[in-house]
Amino acid sequence: MNKDYITAYYNDEDELLKAVRQLKEKGLEILDVLTPFPVHGLDKVLGMRRSRLTRVAFWGGAVGAAVGFFFQAWVFTEGYPLNFGGKPFFAVPSFMPVTFELAVLFAAFSMVFAFLIYFKLGPGAKTVIHDERITDDRFLVVVGIRKEGNQQEIEQALKETGAEGIKHNA
Amino acid sequence: MYVSPIREPLIRGEKNYGQVTKDILAPMAGKPSKYWYLGITLAGIAALFGAWATYQTIYYGIGTWGLNKTVGWGWGITNFVWWVGIGHAGTFISAILLLFRQKWRTSINRSAEAMTLIAIACAGFFPLIHMGRLLLGFFIFPYPNTRALWVNFNSPLLWDVFAISTYFAVSLIFWYVGLIPDLGTVRDKAKTKIRKAIYSFLSFGWTGSARHWSRHETVSLILAGLAAPLVLSVHTIVSFDFATSVIPGWHTTIFPPYFVSGAVFSGFAMVLTLLIVARKALNLEEYITVTHIESMNKVIILTGSIVGIAYITEFFMAWYSGVEYEQYAFMNRAFGPYAWAYWIMMTCNVVTPQLFWFKKIRTSLVATFIISIFVNIGMWFERFVIVVTSLHRDFLPSSWTMYSPSLVEVGLYVGTIGLFFTLFLLFIRVFPVIAIAEVKSVLKSSGDHKKTAHHE
Repeated sequence: MNKDYITAYYNDEDELLKAVRQLKEKGLEILDVLTPFPVHGLDKVLGMRRSRLTRVAFWGGAVGAAVGFFFQAWVFTEGYPLNFGGKPFFAVPSFMPVTFELAVLFAAFSMVFAFLIYFKLGPGAKTVIHDERITDDRFLVVVGIRKEGNQQEIEQALKETGAEGIKHNA
Repeated sequence: MYVSPIREPLIRGEKNYGQVTKDILAPMAGKPSKYWYLGITLAGIAALFGAWATYQTIYYGIGTWGLNKTVGWGWGITNFVWWVGIGHAGTFISAILLLFRQKWRTSINRSAEAMTLIAIACAGFFPLIHMGRLLLGFFIFPYPNTRALWVNFNSPLLWDVFAISTYFAVSLIFWYVGLIPDLGTVRDKAKTKIRKAIYSFLSFGWTGSARHWSRHETVSLILAGLAAPLVLSVHTIVSFDFATSVIPGWHTTIFPPYFVSGAVFSGFAMVLTLLIVARKALNLEEYITVTHIESMNKVIILTGSIVGIAYITEFFMAWYSGVEYEQYAFMNRAFGPYAWAYWIMMTCNVVTPQLFWFKKIRTSLVATFIISIFVNIGMWFERFVIVVTSLHRDFLPSSWTMYSPSLVEVGLYVGTIGLFFTLFLLFIRVFPVIAIAEVKSVLKSSGDHKKTAHHE
């Protein structure tokens, strides 16, 4: 966020939810909301889209299943066919456990990595920690300042909603 | 949100968010208590015994075990199945109870998942050590080699390789994804520079952004959706090790559901054993309340009853099948030379959990603790009975024999118990034992002071 912004915090998630709604109605630009735990209803207020991670998981799982199934099928029909007690080489039922396990493995890992990569989170990630108390008991809003400078308007609105600790970043 | 007025609050005491953070992080701060040192010393000694046994096995070979030509699977496999089963409770609590929206799980899921990971590690040790030549352990994976030979995908033992390794990997990321926000809390509360650096590395730069939270919840929910069928598949596949063979007493279609419920049964018992001690030692009695213990005891009644019915069904089917080998295997189980093991199993698994029908018993910590130990013992004997009694009298009476473990086998078992407690004791010093963020998110809807006038 290479922008100028103002941060302020609330002490309660219901207060925060109400405040964010009011700030939005005033047409202020909310860059981020930082909370110690997921506040339900916030995603709707902030106008977030439905997550596409479900699709990542689905396709990851599909790839895993395909890899598992076709690899086993190839090994037993082309790669190195072995006769196990006269049983069929292309034995679909006995391929199922490995196919299933690989589907789950690929789905889980592709989704988690997509989540981490998309948000640039990971070991040693460089992120801005606005306030160390937001992982404890504070609910912080980050309001962006417009180019023409609407600091006063923002501060006024924040005070009206009962925000504390109003701070400018610059 | 509607909150039933009759229901007890999940978290006791007038807690606010700051207090929750403080209470849960408290066991990680400061010097460990003398009980912690005592515990880790005892666990360490047990683990050293295991290290000696491991050395013996690798240096001299499987000949140091009590196995013989007739009984080729003994304590090693028994312990493997026992540990995998114990692991199942963690996944059950964090995945299946999440899908069922059981909010009481938030207080216990973190430690139960940690228990899962440690238990799978202990379980995985046994098939590896049973190979004798540990250095050839990688042969179990299909990798391109100069012989152009792959592994046998028709074998349940190979399915096990995939099931257990997938289970460990998925449990690990499920646990870690849940830990990230809490590690952020630890980072922000850290007092020393080194501590801050370590936890900021581990917390993946967590900021608590609403966008991250929203997606984090999606990830958790889908991981739960994936882990739920996974956990059912793992013990199903473990049961295939037996069920797909042609040994009377093993060749049974009832095995998959019977093993899965047995796994959840033993796992909950181990969670109870651990948490009844941990909540007291870590001063977390207001988070892990008697209500939590009671809920877990109800799961124990359910799964214990399923296991009991499975034992009886198995016996009935042996008779009803009309196959004399099958009938003999079961009569031998109950009245043969290993009858003592069978009746220990029956008493511990079928009779004792039924005591939980009495509210007095299922809300008593002492009684729960004792019964949980009984269940742990009973479930170990269940696997012992299945493995050994089915093998020791095979189709050829001239090769009938008895089996008893050698000191090395005992050492391996005691060693994994030591390893389990060592790692668990380290876990409670390094990571928050309760999911801080999750507890905070249920605090209002189910805490004592939930009725704030802020509802819309």
